[in-house]
Amino acid sequence: MMAVGILATLIVGSIPTFKEFGFGFIFSSDWNPTEGRESYGALPFIIGTIATSILALAFTFPFAFSIALFLGEYYKKGRMSSILKSMIDLLAGIPSVVYGLWGFYTIKPIIVELGLNAQGFGIFTSAFVLAIMIIPYASSISAEVINMVPSNLKEAAYSLGATRFEVVKNVIIPNAGSGIFAGFILAFGRAIGETMAVTMLIGNSNKIPTNLFDLGNTMASLIANQFGEAEGLKYTSLVAMGLLLFVITGILNLIGKMVMRKFTA
Amino acid sequence: MNITNPISSQKLKWRIFNDKLFSIVMITFAFISAIPLLSILYQLVKKGYKQIRLSFFTEVAPDTMEAIMAKANHEIIPGGIANGIVGTIIIVGMASLIAIPLGLITGIYLSEASKGKMTNMVRFVVDMLQGIPSIVLGVIAYIWIVKPVTSGFSALAGSVALSIMMLPSIVRSTEETLKMIPSTLKEAALSLGVPYYKTVLKVLLPTGMSGISTGIILGISRIAGETAPLMLTALGSSAINLDITQPSSAIPLLVWEFYNDPNLIDLIWGASLVLLLIIFLLNLLAKAISKKWKVQY
Repeated sequence: MMAVGILATLIVGSIPTFKEFGFGFIFSSDWNPTEGRESYGALPFIIGTIATSILALAFTFPFAFSIALFLGEYYKKGRMSSILKSMIDLLAGIPSVVYGLWGFYTIKPIIVELGLNAQGFGIFTSAFVLAIMIIPYASSISAEVINMVPSNLKEAAYSLGATRFEVVKNVIIPNAGSGIFAGFILAFGRAIGETMAVTMLIGNSNKIPTNLFDLGNTMASLIANQFGEAEGLKYTSLVAMGLLLFVITGILNLIGKMVMRKFTA
Repeated sequence: MNITNPISSQKLKWRIFNDKLFSIVMITFAFISAIPLLSILYQLVKKGYKQIRLSFFTEVAPDTMEAIMAKANHEIIPGGIANGIVGTIIIVGMASLIAIPLGLITGIYLSEASKGKMTNMVRFVVDMLQGIPSIVLGVIAYIWIVKPVTSGFSALAGSVALSIMMLPSIVRSTEETLKMIPSTLKEAALSLGVPYYKTVLKVLLPTGMSGISTGIILGISRIAGETAPLMLTALGSSAINLDITQPSSAIPLLVWEFYNDPNLIDLIWGASLVLLLIIFLLNLLAKAISKKWKVQY
């Protein structure tokens, strides 16, 4: 009931925007709240969201994958693995606003120092912090899946004289690949919906970002920034943005869950 | 195969080298992830501990003028986060009041009627709910509560948004725990003539209490640090507020406010530290409960 209600509310709330702009809302790159010439398009924010999230996913991958292998295959038990496990629990527990603070006070100066970007804000910075935030999601699911690879397959490979690396490459990855993929899809969904840390770091510019160090804005951070004072068409456009966000994360989640189910069945 | 053959022995060495290299790279990458965590904790503790005094928990947040005065005199900024603590307790408490009964009922339903179209639908919906970004829940609560019910930002709206957020965790843990309880237990109760609802309430729920309460606590720790939905619903307030139809503050909201006001920046660290400690304590509690009263059969 609730989910239907949520979907219905969002659709009803965004009707005026779609009436005004049609589906051009999704593809228009104009976000202009000046009275009389109001025009709202979601494209810059969709691009900003996708760029940030994909970059974050790329950053996360080596770390989350290593952690997953570590916990799922190399060290399933013992002190090392319990240390790593509680570390990941801690990472998952840190609120996103605290990540934002850390990004602002620790990562931003480093980025300015490295000369990557004059202000230190932007897509790159927020993707970096996002990557750390989604490590727990990506790694815990992948670790579970890797752990489920049947041990007789692995033993067969070992008995043929394979090294551990070869077992990982030729047995575990082909077997657990789809599950690992699902884990990363779910983490991707998280990254797309993440608000606070991104809002604090992305620089909030309403133009289409042209490179990875550019300022930008994501759908979630736009809502967070502008919802408070929004009225009329702007308000409904923001609700429409929420609807888009809901649909995108919903689809991603569905894909992830479906792959997972296929894997466990 | 002749191992002493120079070519194959070289190949073997190469394979072993590859294997070692891969383990080392993997372990390194896995533990590099610890660096941000340590850096965050270090920063919070180093900058935050000075703020943590008794008055930090009993006084409300200072306004900008007070902060400027204190800074000019090189004193610690007065005041604390009492309004945030009270707000968080009220908002999270109310969210739990909404979410726990709903979550328990849904979880019991899912475990009792574990097959069928309706069950699959419900399970699907719960999965969907889990994936909704928190900011979208903020928008929803704004449309549902802020506009029609309280006609203004309110703590109640914040609770509604957060309750939707914690629902999946409660449903999941209830369902999984109840499924682990052997059916003989239920059948024994039923065969003694105990009515069905009493069996569920007095046999199944108490037996699964530890798993369920773990889920509830994890749900609470998940929503305690949420900022985004509260920005759209509870808004924040500079005084302690007990009226749920009025705007209210919360610790994460205060962190956000301090972040936006350059004069109050010193308070950020104390507030974040307190928030983090609360969340970690909740997580520890959940772990302790699930360890101590594990359902064992």
